[in-house]
Amino acid sequence: MTRRTLSLPWLGEGQTTSERLSTGLLIGAALLLCVFLILPLGVLLMGSLFDDAGEFSLVRFVEFASTPGMGRAVWNTIWVALVVTVITVPLAFLYAYAIQRACLPLRGVWRIVGLSALLGPSLVGAISFIQWFGTQGVLKSWLGDNSVYGPIGIIISTVYASFPHALMILVVALATADARLFEAAEALSASRWRKFVTVTLPSARYGLISAALVVFSYSVSEFGIPKVIGGNFPVLAVEVYVQVVGMHNFGRGAVVALLLLLPVLVAFVVDWRIQRKQQASLTARAVPYVPRPDWRRDVPLLAYCVLVSVAMLGVLGMAAYTSLVKFWPYNLELSLTHYRYGLAEAGVLDAYLNSLKIAGLTTLVGTPFIFLVAYLLEKNRSGPAWLRPLVQGAAALPMGVPGLVLGIGYILFFNHPANPLNGLYHTLAIMVIANVVHYYTSCHLTALTALKSIDREFEAVSASLKVSQFVTLWRVTLPVCLPAVLEIARYLFINAMTTVSALVFLYSPNTLPASVSILNLDEAGELGPAAAMATLIVITCAVVSLAYSLLTHFLFRRQQAWRSPSR
Amino acid sequence: MAHLEIRNLTKHFGAFVALDKVDLAVARGEFLVLLGPSGCGKTTLLRAIAGLERQDAGEIFHGGEEISKRSPALRDYGIVFQSYALFPNLTVAENVAYGLKSRKADRGAGREGVRRRVAEMLDLVGLPGIEHKYPTQLSGGQQQRVALARALATAPDLLLLDEPLSALDAIERVRLRSEIRHLQTQLGVTTIMVTHDQEEALAMADRIVVMKSGCIQQVGGPQDIYRAPANDFVADFIGRGNLIEGPAVGERHVRMRNLTLRCAEPLSPGRSHRFYVRPEDVCLYDTLDQCENSFYAYVQKHEFLGAYSLVTLRAHDLAEQPLVAQFSSNYLAGRSIAAGATLRVGIPPEHLRPMPEPA
Repeated sequence: MTRRTLSLPWLGEGQTTSERLSTGLLIGAALLLCVFLILPLGVLLMGSLFDDAGEFSLVRFVEFASTPGMGRAVWNTIWVALVVTVITVPLAFLYAYAIQRACLPLRGVWRIVGLSALLGPSLVGAISFIQWFGTQGVLKSWLGDNSVYGPIGIIISTVYASFPHALMILVVALATADARLFEAAEALSASRWRKFVTVTLPSARYGLISAALVVFSYSVSEFGIPKVIGGNFPVLAVEVYVQVVGMHNFGRGAVVALLLLLPVLVAFVVDWRIQRKQQASLTARAVPYVPRPDWRRDVPLLAYCVLVSVAMLGVLGMAAYTSLVKFWPYNLELSLTHYRYGLAEAGVLDAYLNSLKIAGLTTLVGTPFIFLVAYLLEKNRSGPAWLRPLVQGAAALPMGVPGLVLGIGYILFFNHPANPLNGLYHTLAIMVIANVVHYYTSCHLTALTALKSIDREFEAVSASLKVSQFVTLWRVTLPVCLPAVLEIARYLFINAMTTVSALVFLYSPNTLPASVSILNLDEAGELGPAAAMATLIVITCAVVSLAYSLLTHFLFRRQQAWRSPSR
Repeated sequence: MAHLEIRNLTKHFGAFVALDKVDLAVARGEFLVLLGPSGCGKTTLLRAIAGLERQDAGEIFHGGEEISKRSPALRDYGIVFQSYALFPNLTVAENVAYGLKSRKADRGAGREGVRRRVAEMLDLVGLPGIEHKYPTQLSGGQQQRVALARALATAPDLLLLDEPLSALDAIERVRLRSEIRHLQTQLGVTTIMVTHDQEEALAMADRIVVMKSGCIQQVGGPQDIYRAPANDFVADFIGRGNLIEGPAVGERHVRMRNLTLRCAEPLSPGRSHRFYVRPEDVCLYDTLDQCENSFYAYVQKHEFLGAYSLVTLRAHDLAEQPLVAQFSSNYLAGRSIAAGATLRVGIPPEHLRPMPEPA
């Protein structure tokens, strides 16, 4: 045994090289999370609390409050988010209920279609709804005298875009039903409605609250939709953009961003506490519930699924159709003009390639980093006492930070001339980092869940056998967690491909990503090329999702020998 | 110095005291069992020996060297967990060879050496020829044997077993416990096992350490622990028992309500004593038998449990609370006992064991 005396007690004697290494790695991760998450947010907070002279003051808030129209923007943001939540959550709940608790044919298909909105930028919905209900829209008459440009457009587009987020949560919430409760209710001859109210709803209530909070946060922080379809309807997210990109007023942008951060952070903290409660409510003895066919329930639910699916595909389909039509609505001949024009002549091909690069790098950098940090947190005990809570907190925080807020924090922090990392600004690298940080929490939780589900004594066994924990990570932990790792990679790729919010503040003409270029094309009135670009992104994401499904399917087949259900 | 020596070991989890100044010495080649209810600190003690839990105070010496502050990888032991902790994506052979490949000496021996060692270990645990199976394809008992083979493959100086039998069904548990004991005797490896099952502890141990609330209550051979529990807790935790109480009326006699019983051990006259009577030590006599320490009792409840019967007796001359007796079926020899019947029973003087007064 080599005995080295170090001044740091937690790196001291009696430890192996790999233990020291893992503590060192975790400290490195903590530093990175500080620099790329905590400091930018801190600078944002400071930026709004200090005046130009560097004195602490609330002058920026006073200025903000006295700006005409700001009060309306705040109010609009809140009521639109509430309406979106009230519409989306019941829609998604019924859809999830149909998938999980009824005997429908083609369940997998309904599920995929229900989640299809995730494949494109949120703008896809907005562009498509303009085509359906806009000035020259096919179904304009449905809205009567109301214009789609404004709250109506924002609400339907946001409902469309946030639907899959609510659906994912509710599908999980409804997946874990305890059959024993239903049997007990049946034995007591409870009516169908009574069973629904006393068994189904209570067991899904945490999921419902969680879904509501996620949809609300989504709507508050969504920026692309109101930008494209909002007309002159002021909301906070667009206000941030106008202040920062339009007027270069970073101070006020910071104030608005802080206002955005507040409701989202509150929703996030509430959700976090609820999630912890939910884990305790599920016992290991629960017997999974398997629905039996019942046409009185199944037929209406199937009709509902078909209806929603047609609507979802109608949105995606319209975007694709728009991209192929020569000159809407006068010349409906199909051609690839928009792709040609958009990609070649407007120089947007570069944007698509940029996006591929960004998404690829986000996946390649983010996946190993996030998994390794989760692994070190979960399986390593050494290190100073403050380290693990710090990293855990930093890993949980991004969920409560809208991309827009993160983007402004990055501008304020990295664009500062005194920052040694100033060179990162406007590079591809900073966009990759912003993506990894922005989508950190979901991936972290996926990794953590996978790591928690494997035997917690693997590290103890390998230590007793004198095998380095990193050998065990490579030979055992990683192969066992591979499905989760692939899931993280897919999630990062698709989100990096479709995101607008943080990147809109960080790109330079050379690093313009595709999703942002849609916004710019739309602003220039080029709806056709915008739709073409959106379609291209959707196709890319669909291909990646398909590859992911094939890969996991193949993986499970090959590893069936040891993955097969045990005990 | 003993082979493994623990001095003053203390561990807190927040306000909870898991280990309270524990001192313990383990001899080379000994099979020691840590026994106690959940939360008594037995698992924490094992994990502290393994280095998986870091003590707040105290020292651990192994083979004369202090290992208190060493990380698990720098201590010399093999460990088996209740959950088996077999690597699911590796075959049985790869699992057993897991610790062999990292050792330079073994690497020198090469592939063939590793293969031979794996075969030898699997032979030892009675599972030859299953090298290419995956853990999920094996039964619980087989998985635990593989885990044992993996822990022993590197020939560790100390074997730690953390509730190794708790996840198995009753028949497999009994079978594997004698196999483990046999293997341990054969290899002579110093072994420490944690269990909450007193029968398992009595069947396997050279010495048992009974623990409660982070403190050691008694250390001794299975016979000593069972026959002469050091305090109420041990008496209560190991097997069933009756506690009766009365003042001593002379050097060897004690007064119980309307009855004077003789005790084989000396008593201090005038003082009240508590006695401990094992249910199987209660004797059954003919109705008119007048032998020493016998009395009448009526049957309140009778439970037939196959090999033996548990009988709850009411002896008003003896004590207020019921007396539980256990009669094995061959002892009864077909004699039937029914609730409500009156029996002549007795407690032989040598089975009336005075309990130490609670501290």
